[in-house]
Amino acid sequence: MTRVDDGTTSTGRAPAVEPVAPGEWRIARWTPESRVGVVAALVGLGVLATLPDWGSSSDMATVVEIMALLALAQMWNLLAGFAGLVSIGQQAFIGTGAYALLVLADDHGVDPFVAVWLAALVAAALSVPIGVLAFRLRGGYFAIGTWVIAQVVFLMVTNNTALGGGSGRSLLSLGDYDRITREDYTLYTALVAGAGAVAIVVLVLRSRLGLALRAIRDDEGGARGAGVDVYRARLAVWVIAAGWTGLAGGVIYLQRLNVQPTSAFSVQWTAFMIFIVVIGGLGSTTGPIIGTLVFWILRDQLTDLGEWYLIVLGAIAIVMAILAPKGIYGLLNRIRPFQLFPVQRRLRPRRRVKARSAS
Amino acid sequence: MTALLELDGVDAHYGQLQALFGVDLAVEQGETVAMIGANGAGKTTVLHTIAGAQRPSRGTVRFAGVPLDGVRADRRVGLGIVLVPEGRRLFPSLTVEENLLVGAHRRRRGPWNVARVVELFPSLDRLRDRRAAYLSGGEQQAVAIGRALMANPRLLLLDEVSLGLAPVVVKQLYAALPGVVAEGVTLVVVEQDIGQALSVARHVTCLLEGRVSLRGRPDELTRDRITAAYFGM
Amino acid sequence: MEWVNAVIQGILLGGVFALFATGLSLAFGIMRLANLAHGTLALLAAFIAYSMVDATGVNPLVALLAVVPIMFVVGYALQRGVLNFTLTGDPLTAILVTFGLAVVIENVLLERYSADARGLDAGSIESASIRVTDDIAIGWFPLMTLAVAVGVLGLLYLLFARTRAGRAFRAISDDRATGRLMGIDDRHYYALAMGIALATVAIAGVFLGIRTTFSPADGNAQLLFGFEAVIIGGLGSLWGTLAGGIVLGVAQTVGAQIEPGWSVLTGHLVFLAVLAVRPHGLFGRALPA
Repeated sequence: MTRVDDGTTSTGRAPAVEPVAPGEWRIARWTPESRVGVVAALVGLGVLATLPDWGSSSDMATVVEIMALLALAQMWNLLAGFAGLVSIGQQAFIGTGAYALLVLADDHGVDPFVAVWLAALVAAALSVPIGVLAFRLRGGYFAIGTWVIAQVVFLMVTNNTALGGGSGRSLLSLGDYDRITREDYTLYTALVAGAGAVAIVVLVLRSRLGLALRAIRDDEGGARGAGVDVYRARLAVWVIAAGWTGLAGGVIYLQRLNVQPTSAFSVQWTAFMIFIVVIGGLGSTTGPIIGTLVFWILRDQLTDLGEWYLIVLGAIAIVMAILAPKGIYGLLNRIRPFQLFPVQRRLRPRRRVKARSAS
Repeated sequence: MTALLELDGVDAHYGQLQALFGVDLAVEQGETVAMIGANGAGKTTVLHTIAGAQRPSRGTVRFAGVPLDGVRADRRVGLGIVLVPEGRRLFPSLTVEENLLVGAHRRRRGPWNVARVVELFPSLDRLRDRRAAYLSGGEQQAVAIGRALMANPRLLLLDEVSLGLAPVVVKQLYAALPGVVAEGVTLVVVEQDIGQALSVARHVTCLLEGRVSLRGRPDELTRDRITAAYFGM
Repeated sequence: MEWVNAVIQGILLGGVFALFATGLSLAFGIMRLANLAHGTLALLAAFIAYSMVDATGVNPLVALLAVVPIMFVVGYALQRGVLNFTLTGDPLTAILVTFGLAVVIENVLLERYSADARGLDAGSIESASIRVTDDIAIGWFPLMTLAVAVGVLGLLYLLFARTRAGRAFRAISDDRATGRLMGIDDRHYYALAMGIALATVAIAGVFLGIRTTFSPADGNAQLLFGFEAVIIGGLGSLWGTLAGGIVLGVAQTVGAQIEPGWSVLTGHLVFLAVLAVRPHGLFGRALPA
């Protein structure tokens, strides 16, 4: 009665390896599905980019929200699924992104569509002291700690009259654009944010940082012994995730126009991220994509039920966390393993000399 | 007469790694039986399948004729099967006396209590209120054995009692065992110290890489046969 | 003089936080479980009391006699039925599940009771106070809350130090697997621990409901306060939880004295300061991994 141990975050069966002379190994990252996956993703992105030509305003608004949620979910998954950092305080960075956008665009005359990127940097910068503090805690208490810190940021913003206090402020500088151009640019930014989030996760996983994270997840003590700087690796991921979460926050408010603290810093954002990732698949690059779609459909179907949609979502997430910890992606994988993005590392014999081999 | 303990074709796995291959064992009531073998031979795994800390992937463990499939470790203590784990595993934040009392959490009726344990291991008397984390290896081992006795076991499993201890200390510990056996307790002793194992046991089983490689009474087994079975030569 | 009064009120407020923190600390100490639903469960208790009071007109403190056992059973069932399965394997699961529970419970309460603020009316005891000097008055109810917090902690201390169950709790907290080998049914004891934790949370929730108005969304704030009290006081120390609660209470009331809107923020900042400077809290042992 043997069971395959799939405790690692990449999937796939171990291939049968023939004995080869030393020095003839390469690291294979692509699988047949991942080639299809990447091409399909790029095509899809291209199609969405043409949306201004054939889609309505509300279609574009939907895509913007979905892309923003996708970005948020990918970043949360990067933290929790790959770095083992469960944060319930990501809303701190969403709010920071929104308010930084506001201040840079309205108060300092930066073009909003440039400011949104600078806002990401602000969020990333803020995440450093936050991370240093929060990293003094572990596990569940780390999670609550990040929540507390998010509350602190929220309270400081709410108490600040220049930022609009409790009622917030509107992004007035967006009024300089006509509605159509504004919507188009918002869409493009959202597409970059969403696709970029996936790309960042893939790139991180392919990098040495990604290897370090996997080692830490498997065996922290062993990783440390092998020379991995666990603290720096975690902090690096923390900052990357915070920055891109800030970007997503900026994108959300480019669309909503009105920045209000209780909404921008609401823990509900993190609740959405968590549900998306848990349902879609924690610790995989494809999981959050599946999760975002499922979340969107559920939200659409359940809007009439008011509070019930959160209850249903929460209940599904709880059940899945216990029974299907790798989410829908995990379940699909059990039927037939597949990897939509080139993030795995398999040792393969170097059979032919090819330009596209190894790292 | 049915043996008190029977293992019947027991396999055990850690994930994909197979640790035991069809292990058979029979221990009569009141006997002292030793299990020897090199590191990683599977001796601790055998004890764990008996105690309930490891589920056999094949085969049965029977106690007094009753199969133990599905019986959790804590309930087995109530049946009279108690393990003295490898490495002692005392509760570090509890005192010696409290460790002993925890041993009695699920006790059967019988003669053992704190006073009798202290009689058996007099050095513990002045250590009653000492936190277990602050004891020497030998003292910890005495407490670990005492803790197990507090449950009034019918079957006491001793895992590598001599590990990491000076020979003098090991001798003292083993000197206490006859007092336990006199109360009718059946012992299964796992040991790397072959000398001690042979001196107390009526029956010896040797494990090699998860399989039984030798069985017999100590007086029947020559040194050469034991070495061959132990090292697989 | 107002500052002295602020400090005194803060100490009394600390009693509320300590009551909240106790259950959180208990669950973490015995099971390494950070229960993110802890705050919403307190609100659940308050609303159960509310419904009882609504239906029968009894004093909420009398309703408490029923709410405590109810919440004990809820805790036992929750742990045995759901949470025990999150504690093996990936530590992320427990966090995700308890967070999901917090969201579900909060929204169920919102569905049933709406977001309107409610209160529990305990009668004259709420406003009665002892006048110490012209500027300083000690409310009977806050004093009672603090006394109850101390009493609960004292009872728990006795439970852990002197009883068979207490030893079992401490043993499985040290080493769950070996505890099982010594005959302790760890699933049962984990469930008991959560039952006790929720019983204390019931007291905290009802007392909160008497003290101020409450609504389903308040659960999260209470969780954060309870957590801050635990961290300030130090992990692994029951009396530290009391100390932490008091420090937090004083921080909040003194903060309010400086600037009315700043009470919660000051509490948070003191928490962050403790985290920065003395991460294992005032009385704690080293942080568990």
